Amino acid sequence: MTAIDNTSTTGAPGPTGSKRAAEAARLRRTAWYSHPRFKRLVALMGVALVGAQVTGEQGTNRDIFHALRENMTGPGLWLWVGACLLIWVVREFLRAPVANAWSTARRAGTGPAERARTVWRRDPRLRMLALTALLVFLVVLPFLVSRHWQQVLVDQIAIYVLLAIGLNVVVGWAGMLDLGFIAFFAIGAYSAAFWTGSLPVAPPFELNNFAVIPIAVITCLVAGVLLGAPTLRLRGDYLAIVTLGFHEIVYLMAKNWVEFTGGTRGASVDRFSIDLGFFSYQWGLDPRPYYWLQLGFIVALLVLFIRLEHSRVGRAWTAIREDEVAAAATGVDTVRFKLLAFAIGASTSGVAGVVYASKLGFINSEFFIVLFSVLVLSYVIFGGMGSIPGVLLGTAILIWLPEFLRDTVPAQDRYMYLGALLVIMMIYRPQGLWPSRRRVRELHMAEEGTATRAMPAAGGRPATTGGDTPS
Amino acid sequence: MSDRNDHRTTEGAGRVSTEKSTATASDAAGAEAPLLELRDLHVFYGAIEALKGINLSVRTGEVVALLGANGAGKSTTLQTASGMIAPRQGGVLLHGERVDGIASHELVRFGIGHVPEGRRVFARMSVLENLHMGAYRFKRPDPRDLERVFHLFPRLAERRKQVAGTLSGGEQQMLAIGRALMGKPELLLLDEPSMGLAPLIVQQIFDILKEINEQGTTLLLVEQNASRALQLANRGYVLETGEMVMEGPAGELLADPRIRAAYLGEHVEAEHS
Ligand SMILES: Nc1ncnc2c1ncn2[C@@H]1O[C@H](COP(=O)(O)OP(=O)(O)OP(=O)(O)O)[C@@H](O)[C@H]1O
Ligand SMILES: [Mg+2]
Repeated sequence: MTAIDNTSTTGAPGPTGSKRAAEAARLRRTAWYSHPRFKRLVALMGVALVGAQVTGEQGTNRDIFHALRENMTGPGLWLWVGACLLIWVVREFLRAPVANAWSTARRAGTGPAERARTVWRRDPRLRMLALTALLVFLVVLPFLVSRHWQQVLVDQIAIYVLLAIGLNVVVGWAGMLDLGFIAFFAIGAYSAAFWTGSLPVAPPFELNNFAVIPIAVITCLVAGVLLGAPTLRLRGDYLAIVTLGFHEIVYLMAKNWVEFTGGTRGASVDRFSIDLGFFSYQWGLDPRPYYWLQLGFIVALLVLFIRLEHSRVGRAWTAIREDEVAAAATGVDTVRFKLLAFAIGASTSGVAGVVYASKLGFINSEFFIVLFSVLVLSYVIFGGMGSIPGVLLGTAILIWLPEFLRDTVPAQDRYMYLGALLVIMMIYRPQGLWPSRRRVRELHMAEEGTATRAMPAAGGRPATTGGDTPS
Repeated sequence: MSDRNDHRTTEGAGRVSTEKSTATASDAAGAEAPLLELRDLHVFYGAIEALKGINLSVRTGEVVALLGANGAGKSTTLQTASGMIAPRQGGVLLHGERVDGIASHELVRFGIGHVPEGRRVFARMSVLENLHMGAYRFKRPDPRDLERVFHLFPRLAERRKQVAGTLSGGEQQMLAIGRALMGKPELLLLDEPSMGLAPLIVQQIFDILKEINEQGTTLLLVEQNASRALQLANRGYVLETGEMVMEGPAGELLADPRIRAAYLGEHVEAEHS
């Protein structure tokens, strides 16, 4: 397949006669090392090296090659290499019988997995039961983990999950690349600070943190619409730049408008509290009550978003993502639905901002650097754009990993491994961890070489990789 | 796309309300107005004038062919009629009412279906999902419309679960037409439905277009395949670099030596070989 492509690209003037035949033969011959089997071997050896480095001795400041020397000669490396070799051998040479048995079972629908799947599909009660079990597990989760992990759960995972499900609406469903997502997070956080009277400037009247949420939502909606209305007509790359610029404006305002925001010195924010007269509660230092609160927000938003996705709105988003002109020709108000997605994303980000500020009890401008926008985007892509379970899983895993590595590798190295994981993931599984059904389709089409035919007039960017930036 | 929309909102919107009254007055005075009328249409892309004051009308039940060389402005004409581009001057009238300045997604509700150039099916949706999208303006798709489309295009019925992007070019064209039909259009604008298709499939498509017309849908057809288009059409127009240079009954155009020389010469020979 690749060989044929090669000959056709070198075509134009071309060598003649026997020279051409020799040239063609050379190009058609696939080198042994470019066989997919050996590519996989090389990848696995890479995994072995990284694994040995992660689990082995760690570096010191005095000798930067110390760790490399130790790990690349020690027994750890051989263990890793051996394990990876074993995986490779099994996959490449003992695969046929396994795959055969698997596929016949699948076709007959008799395999255990297949039978479970049909039951799962047929019985909605089972699904409800499983979801309830999952929810119960999530509710009791803080009791099962240490204080450190409770903190991680509250300060990072839950907050980023909120952000990621919001960004998923914008990127995954409506197909717009938003790199300024954290700007709305900042607006939410500073709204919380302002309306609870924590900023240097006093608000007209002080509000409870919970009462700030609708206000933050409205503020972010307005900001989102103000930014979106003139810019959402732009496509893909342009929108990304505009949102990036917007983020920079918001960030620099937070940083430099010291008399309002407190700048880098920051401002302390009141924590959540309820006072209903007959019942009052004050959220304190224990992370667990925050977790349950966040879980409530996440579940509520998820229910809302999933309903949206399965409504006319969701179909309109899908159509816009596929082809805006055709969507308009079938009666979809493209600008309005894009604006809607953008505003939903912005307000979700705003809610996350309020929760974040009200949990930490302190904010400063450095919490809102552009890196976090990129991180949230990478969580969404890693998990699988447009897929709710994927986004949840992706966020959880990518936050868990560096925290987990904290005990094994030096803290400053952690994100290097995260980066390696992302690169590997985008090469071998561009559709994400748990892709949405449509992304799987897209990938299948690319594999069958039909993706380019699929969009003849769409502007020349073939849908070959699912990890490609949406336009 | 972006600046076209801007034109629409800045120039178009105000005019609809102010001139609606005159349009209805003339409607009441004269005989019944044509289904679609383009009146002295000037369309610009930036400083380029793509349409230089063209007039065109389509009466209910007709098939009208719009011919012209590449870049003559045929697609621009259709896009203006379906609201994707707003004219700088002149009007688009539907049943005698001004509709220019109305966005394309709104015009769908006025009974205009547009099959754009290059098919533009939703590549990652299944055939059935594409057809359902076509009925987006309704709460839910009408099963009778679906039946009708599957009756017109049995190929689509066979492949209803297939992902649209993996359909062949001809099947995608059928899907694009079927999708437009799902919106129950009164007037169907077709932009080169035979582009890149094998002669046999072209014949099939034209037969089906005829059937669609006989079922009561009015057609405005842009085509490079002039002889086929004029055989199907009642009337025809010829556009040349943004100006209407000829119009008349399809039979007369088909016989006109200038048309034969400019647009049919190649096609006629090609079909005989
Ligand atoms: N978006 C655009 N921006 C600038 N110029 C455009 C744009 N679209 C079309 N044009 C120009 O307007 C003129 C008419 O284009 P149009 O697409 O209407 O031609 P056409 O008759 O449909 O041609 P074809 O048969 O090749 O499809 C051409 O000169 C074209 O270059
Ligand atoms: Mg054209």
